[in-house]
Amino acid sequence: MADLTSEFLNISSPNPFWLASAPPTDKAYNVNRAFEAGWGGVVWKTLGEDPPIVNVNGPRYSALHSNERRVIGFNNIELITDRPLQTNLDEMRQIKRDWPDRAVVASVMFSMNEETWSKYVPMIEDTGADAFELNFGCPHGMSERGMGAAVGQVPEYIQMVTEWCKQAASIPVIVKLTPNVSNIVPPAKAALDGGADAVSLINTINSIMRVDYDTLTMYPTTDGMGTHGGYCGEAVKPIALNMVAEISRNAETAELPISGIGGITNWRDAVDFLALGADNVQVCTAAMVYGFKIIDDLTDGLSMFLDDKGLKSVAELVGKAVPSVTDWQYLNLNYVEKAVIDQDLCIKCGRCHIVCEDTSHQAITQTVNGERHFQVIDEECIGCNLCVSVCPVDSCITMHAVTEGIDARTGQAIVTKSANWTTHPNNPMRKEG
Amino acid sequence: MARQQPNIQSGRLDKAEIDGNFADLHPPLSRSEALIAADRCYFCYDAPCTTACPTGIDIPGFIQKIRSDNIRGSAHTILRENIMGGMCARVCPTEDLCEAACVRYTHEEKPVDIGLLQRYATDPIFAQGTALFERNDSSGKTVAVVGGGPAGLSCAHRLSMLGHDVVVFNRDSKPGGLNEYGIAAYKTIDDFAQREVDYILSIGGIDVRNNMTLGADINLADLRNEYDAVFLGVGLGSVNELGIENEDLAGVENAIDYIADLRQADDKSALPVGERVVVIGGGMTAIDIAVQSKRLGAGRVDIVYRRGRAQMGASDFEQELAQTSGVTIHHWVQPVRLLGDRTVSGIELQKTTLGDDGKLSASGATFVLDADIIFKAIGQKLDDNKLGEELDGLALERGKIVVDESQATSLDNVWAGGDCVVGGDDLTVSAVQHGKIAAIAIDRQLRS
Repeated sequence: MADLTSEFLNISSPNPFWLASAPPTDKAYNVNRAFEAGWGGVVWKTLGEDPPIVNVNGPRYSALHSNERRVIGFNNIELITDRPLQTNLDEMRQIKRDWPDRAVVASVMFSMNEETWSKYVPMIEDTGADAFELNFGCPHGMSERGMGAAVGQVPEYIQMVTEWCKQAASIPVIVKLTPNVSNIVPPAKAALDGGADAVSLINTINSIMRVDYDTLTMYPTTDGMGTHGGYCGEAVKPIALNMVAEISRNAETAELPISGIGGITNWRDAVDFLALGADNVQVCTAAMVYGFKIIDDLTDGLSMFLDDKGLKSVAELVGKAVPSVTDWQYLNLNYVEKAVIDQDLCIKCGRCHIVCEDTSHQAITQTVNGERHFQVIDEECIGCNLCVSVCPVDSCITMHAVTEGIDARTGQAIVTKSANWTTHPNNPMRKEG
Repeated sequence: MARQQPNIQSGRLDKAEIDGNFADLHPPLSRSEALIAADRCYFCYDAPCTTACPTGIDIPGFIQKIRSDNIRGSAHTILRENIMGGMCARVCPTEDLCEAACVRYTHEEKPVDIGLLQRYATDPIFAQGTALFERNDSSGKTVAVVGGGPAGLSCAHRLSMLGHDVVVFNRDSKPGGLNEYGIAAYKTIDDFAQREVDYILSIGGIDVRNNMTLGADINLADLRNEYDAVFLGVGLGSVNELGIENEDLAGVENAIDYIADLRQADDKSALPVGERVVVIGGGMTAIDIAVQSKRLGAGRVDIVYRRGRAQMGASDFEQELAQTSGVTIHHWVQPVRLLGDRTVSGIELQKTTLGDDGKLSASGATFVLDADIIFKAIGQKLDDNKLGEELDGLALERGKIVVDESQATSLDNVWAGGDCVVGGDDLTVSAVQHGKIAAIAIDRQLRS
């Protein structure tokens, strides 16, 4: 069996799955249940200054559902902890004592004032917490008060506050980044420059779930008025993966350890994050939708996968896919693929045909010799993968490389030598080869 | 030896048990069930289910609208092609039509529940009487429709939509035809047939005259003179004969007559039911009478059919329904004669075999099934005794009216559809399509 033990910033946990700072880690009762279920660590619900903030007393959550009411996306307007700081500190101290093999990380959010940080950071570190996570990502409520995402959207602020925290702390400092920026690299670089030991990402994305179709107000509301929340869950995973990969493959930030967050629901999602450069992962929405028991599939599935791949530890998986991520300009323009439909698997729904016909390149037949028959026309197929994406039958349509002979679409001979946009004749900025 | 009296009596089961036995065969879907069922639809292009539907309903289209909670739009998509989409959702042999063509069937041998989804979309429309169709400006023309069944009412509704006035001459005391008098009660509960008729007529411009029989109260020549066009949707008014000994014994009954009585009965427990029932035939009517007899409390019900399972007109689902209801189906047997003295006491049957030439022959071995009631369900034919002269000049083929692809008969200004025409197949959905096609053709002619 592969070793799932995780050493993130020298913080040991029995597996790389931590619960993200959020309602599931709000208090000792929940955290005890999480550890009993087998979670590797928790990032405690974000601590703030006393007196504690208050939450609304109406809906905090809303969901994007599939028709069978599976939760695809999730939105929240909950703020940081609404309990007195000392209550949290007492519970954290006890939890760390009771669960010495698990990671307990203190998420914190304070006002933009160095004295505040130097006052609170040592108090919190004294609980025995393994690290700090700086919440520079919360996009609702707290950001209106100049905290959370309001810090995370300004690299200079990130660097400054990270420095304040580092000066007061002797344990590692993780900076949690907001995705509500146009480019994730400068905030990550700012964290690094401020002395951060790692980054975690993504926090939630600004969102409004929908309107109420009866009242034509936004949904949900608090007494008729609503506000944007933070979006998370499966739907945000691709956005998170891109940001993790950007930090991993950028020379300026590549050295930063990453705790990956964003829609992780099953072990495959974790593989995505780890292979794209995350060193461990954090989960929230899946637990809030299904409960803590999902840790069984996360750990078991990941372990089986590592065994199947001949990998002995999680660390061996980390970053495996990063070298395959590049800029568009470096993609091989001489490489040709065509779709192939397996006629034995085809159920003749016709969806490949109609999407290709209406929205792509008219490269799939509807009938052959008067019979309903869907077949790729190589002369028209540009290899776009649309048919593969919409086909309801797994593995019925697959992409195949054309490695020799003629590309039936262009009539040009296949060129096996790689060539990209940087040297393409149509590129006015091309480099001479 | 004194002949034993036939064991026929009412009240074999109490009312509660009968109510349970005649409850909805396919209970309607809840919203959450419907959304899950709808999600299984792949939204096929040029969908095989639509091709398989005799009325060409855009099935992926109406299912997509269920998925987005646009129920009124979904119902309109259904009813604009098939105004009896509510009844068809209940009685169509979907397992032989749309659901047989569903690609999910290819994929996982479980099609999308198209029939149940169609009912989900249309039920609220009939429950609330939501108007979905309007009449075009009046053409000033009036069309005579003979027959108040699915073909006639479909034709009348479409003609009304297209701006024509319609007079429907209906043989029975209520419109609806076989929907009202012929379908098994557990397929159309809560008087749905009349609610559907009321909805169809609510468009206006349709004058239904009940108790008007062609050949007795009206005749074709007069209708042709008095109206701008005539549509014949008269169904098949008489029942085929067995042509064997003792067919006139008491207790030998036509299944369709009994089914009609059953459908019209206020209290089903008051219906006379035989202890031992034998049904002759292999179509839907045979199944309907057999299952309903069983559900009324008959002790033993046998269906005898001269060919095999595959040749039965009843679908596999219907055959299974009979069997799970406790009916025994005997394949490859044919009646030799009926037994009894004044009242029937049994039926003598003989084994049949299919020869290499495709012809059926009966071999020597015979056996007897005792019976208190014997139902004939071997098909109907055009009522040519009553219609005799009326049909004069109408081209017929094997006792049915010949029509072209626009449902036009050989007579000018006379169209026909439903079971009475060549190509009629004893399905509500086909009759509705005939009526629709005829109405469109009549409209074209009246406006030319």
